[in-house]
Amino acid sequence: MTTGTTLARDNSPVNSIVALFKNNLRQYSMLIALIAIMAFFQVMTDGTLMKPVNLTNLVLQNSYIVIMAIGMLLVIVAGHIDLSVGSVAAFVGAVAAVLMVDYNVNFILVIIIGLVLGGVIGAAQGYWIAYQRIPSFIATLAGMLVFRGLTLAMLQGQSVGPFPTGFQRLSSGFLPDVFGHQSLHITSLVIGLVVSLAIVYLDWRGRRNQVKYGFEVSPLGLFVAKNVLITAVILYMSYLMASYKGLPNVLVVLFILIVAYAFFTNQTVSGRRIYAMGGNAKAAALSGINTKLLTFLTFVNMGMLAALGGLIIAARLNVATPKAGTGIELDVIAAAFIGGASATGGIGTVIGAVVGALVMGVMNNGMSIVGIGIDWQQAIKGLVLLFAVWFDVRSRMKS
Amino acid sequence: MSSVILEMRNITKTFPGVKALDDVNFSVQQGEIHALVGENGAGKSTLMKVLSGVYPHGTYTGEIYFQGELCQFKDISQSEKMGIVIIHQELALIPFLSIAENIFLGNEQAHRGIVNWNVTIAKTQELLKKVGLRESPNTLITDLGVGKQQLVEIAKALSKEVKLLILDEPTASLNETDSEALLELLLQFKQQGMTSILISHKLNEVNKVADSITILRDGATIETLDSRNDLVTEDRIIRGMVGRDLTHRYPPREAEIGEVIFEVQNWKVYHPIHPDRKVIDDVNIHVRKGEVVGIAGLMGSGRTELAMSVFGRAYGKNISGLVCKHGREIDTSSVHKAIANGLAYATEDRKNYGLVLIQPIKNNVTLANLEAVSGRAGVINKPKEMVVAKDYRTSLSIKSSSILQETVNLSGGNQQKVVLSKWLFSNPDILILDEPTRGIDVGAKYEIYTIINRLAEEGKGIIVISSELPEILGICDRIYVMNEGKIVGEMSAKEASQEKIMACIMQQQEVAQS
Repeated sequence: MTTGTTLARDNSPVNSIVALFKNNLRQYSMLIALIAIMAFFQVMTDGTLMKPVNLTNLVLQNSYIVIMAIGMLLVIVAGHIDLSVGSVAAFVGAVAAVLMVDYNVNFILVIIIGLVLGGVIGAAQGYWIAYQRIPSFIATLAGMLVFRGLTLAMLQGQSVGPFPTGFQRLSSGFLPDVFGHQSLHITSLVIGLVVSLAIVYLDWRGRRNQVKYGFEVSPLGLFVAKNVLITAVILYMSYLMASYKGLPNVLVVLFILIVAYAFFTNQTVSGRRIYAMGGNAKAAALSGINTKLLTFLTFVNMGMLAALGGLIIAARLNVATPKAGTGIELDVIAAAFIGGASATGGIGTVIGAVVGALVMGVMNNGMSIVGIGIDWQQAIKGLVLLFAVWFDVRSRMKS
Repeated sequence: MSSVILEMRNITKTFPGVKALDDVNFSVQQGEIHALVGENGAGKSTLMKVLSGVYPHGTYTGEIYFQGELCQFKDISQSEKMGIVIIHQELALIPFLSIAENIFLGNEQAHRGIVNWNVTIAKTQELLKKVGLRESPNTLITDLGVGKQQLVEIAKALSKEVKLLILDEPTASLNETDSEALLELLLQFKQQGMTSILISHKLNEVNKVADSITILRDGATIETLDSRNDLVTEDRIIRGMVGRDLTHRYPPREAEIGEVIFEVQNWKVYHPIHPDRKVIDDVNIHVRKGEVVGIAGLMGSGRTELAMSVFGRAYGKNISGLVCKHGREIDTSSVHKAIANGLAYATEDRKNYGLVLIQPIKNNVTLANLEAVSGRAGVINKPKEMVVAKDYRTSLSIKSSSILQETVNLSGGNQQKVVLSKWLFSNPDILILDEPTRGIDVGAKYEIYTIINRLAEEGKGIIVISSELPEILGICDRIYVMNEGKIVGEMSAKEASQEKIMACIMQQQEVAQS
């Protein structure tokens, strides 16, 4: 909404495009960076990056990072941090593995138990942070150690697996094709089309609402160009996926989560309150917001998303290991910050965090294909984090 | 005949799009107290920043002569070396360091990087004696009240061998007694030959101590008044500041006062950290419909604590007593419930407790009543929210580029209007306004008073907490006097006077001491 109202005072299209970029450089900078990084690796890998099979791999490899980054984004916006997500993910994965392998519990029940367990763990940490006023850095640092330890204890140092195929499909399954075409997955194409149409419709409706209430909107040409571009990208991506095995299940889960959380943060009262609390907790409390409960629930949510991430990691590897998810918390936190979240709270977007996670993911994937060792990958990723935040801080100072 | 110590000639300073200072001339004589007054945004602070080198030479045009020497400061340290020291409105002390450590911060009494604590302490003791502060040099800043912290700042300035002391709103957060003491100290320094520049909104203080008064308006010098020879009245200064006669500093009141709508009975509150300390001791107050009730008292008398404990128990422990609206007890056990029951509390500290500064006007306005702009599922109706925010921006004339402007960039008066908008939108029956005009210029104050009157006319009950007695006398119908957590006096505006209010406070203190 801000994009539409801050510009368009100038009528000439060239000026308004320039203004659009100036006003939204920060908002779109990481998206542009992501595209640039993708283009770079597309060239460096001789086109391997965007091959259907690799694109599908990219989604599978990074899904759990994206999922946890969404939860982390809320935690960071609320003014906190969660260092325990990697350990929590591993612990939930371990519990799920033991239940399925040792006790033959049905995998759907296991998934539910896993998510509830994640919520309980989040609640436990949230209790110390919200009600006992332990700084989140310390409470979750403790959680990181505790749950890594419990994972080791639970698995007795062994790897536990393999899992029933039903559970594996959580990570490695694909949407069934109802049309039964040989080389092309028609269902995926149809879904891509529906999604892009929905996006165009929602954008158009928002614009119409703005006009109705007498707010300034961006020029029509720009609006059309933006939507054509988005539609084209979505259709092309779904075509690429469709020409391999179709849309992975996990991508569908991911998509639903992104839409739901983007909506939650932008459009709902609770979402708004989290931003207000992160911006000024005292002012929020004096405005009638139950900041303790809100903080508590933010960590419950994080716990559940960490659990989901843990289940997907386990399903992907088809085994629960004591080392699963080690160091993931850093990738997740980095994703949120690369996506423009502020370390002091109150600022950040779900879409930003997703883009941040994709930047990390594409770099991981691209560097692996090019053949850069894990050692250098770490170093390069660290520098990217540093420069992304530096860029963000600088552009914030200018405005 | 005194000589000129500072002369600023034809100072012009422009920011992108704005001329903050336009050909300003300002001269200060040796050994005088020179007051610099003007509305917020008139350019007082900018001028002082040019002087002290915050805006280095080259970023402005014009010349500065200090003790006859042309000065081209590149940063603050250069101006401090010349003996020009500025004490900012927001104190720059470090809370968990001691008085001595703060005073010599950046100027450590050290030899080859090793601090000599004996010298540091000895020198601190000497400085504390000069400013009349009886505290150990090892006391932590956090254990001092605002008044004493201000004295530490001055001691720090003295440690730098100051020749020209600049005080930016030094009494803004001090109570009457501390303010008095500070002004006395300034007069004492003057006798010892020090020159000071005093920036203040409190014209009675300016009148009391200043030898000359320079008035800035819209980035230009309007005039310099000499109060040594002529009598300069407050009205005379205001006329210079606002460019017109402000015949009434308080708008006329026409509210009809009705029945009692709000009561607090036998209210007792204990300190949140020291549970045996009674902060509020058996307070009974009431407010009538359409009435503006003032709570006068010194800082620390328990006014804010009373308000915050009533407003959803946002302060204190072991709270007991009744809160009634229209004669029936209401539940104010959480801020949310207090708001739901028609209470609103606009804090004295709008930056830390009132606003989410990184968010735009729009979000701040609706924060306390998001339900009113959202559907049943808790989804915000953004267009509706925009309309609400636009309405308040217009009706309270909040000066801003749009409702999407971040509140951090607004002036104090406009920030206060955003805070008021927030509480008006929560549609309360009783508004508690804590220091509603602190740090706000004369013109904006008048606007705030007008809003208060309008609310009273709508039949709301209003409680105003203020340290400025003229303000309390000017806008209230009835006044409670508070001291040490107790109500020690109650009087109608007609029978009240500054002397009477102070007498109430003093009397009670004598009783306490005997």
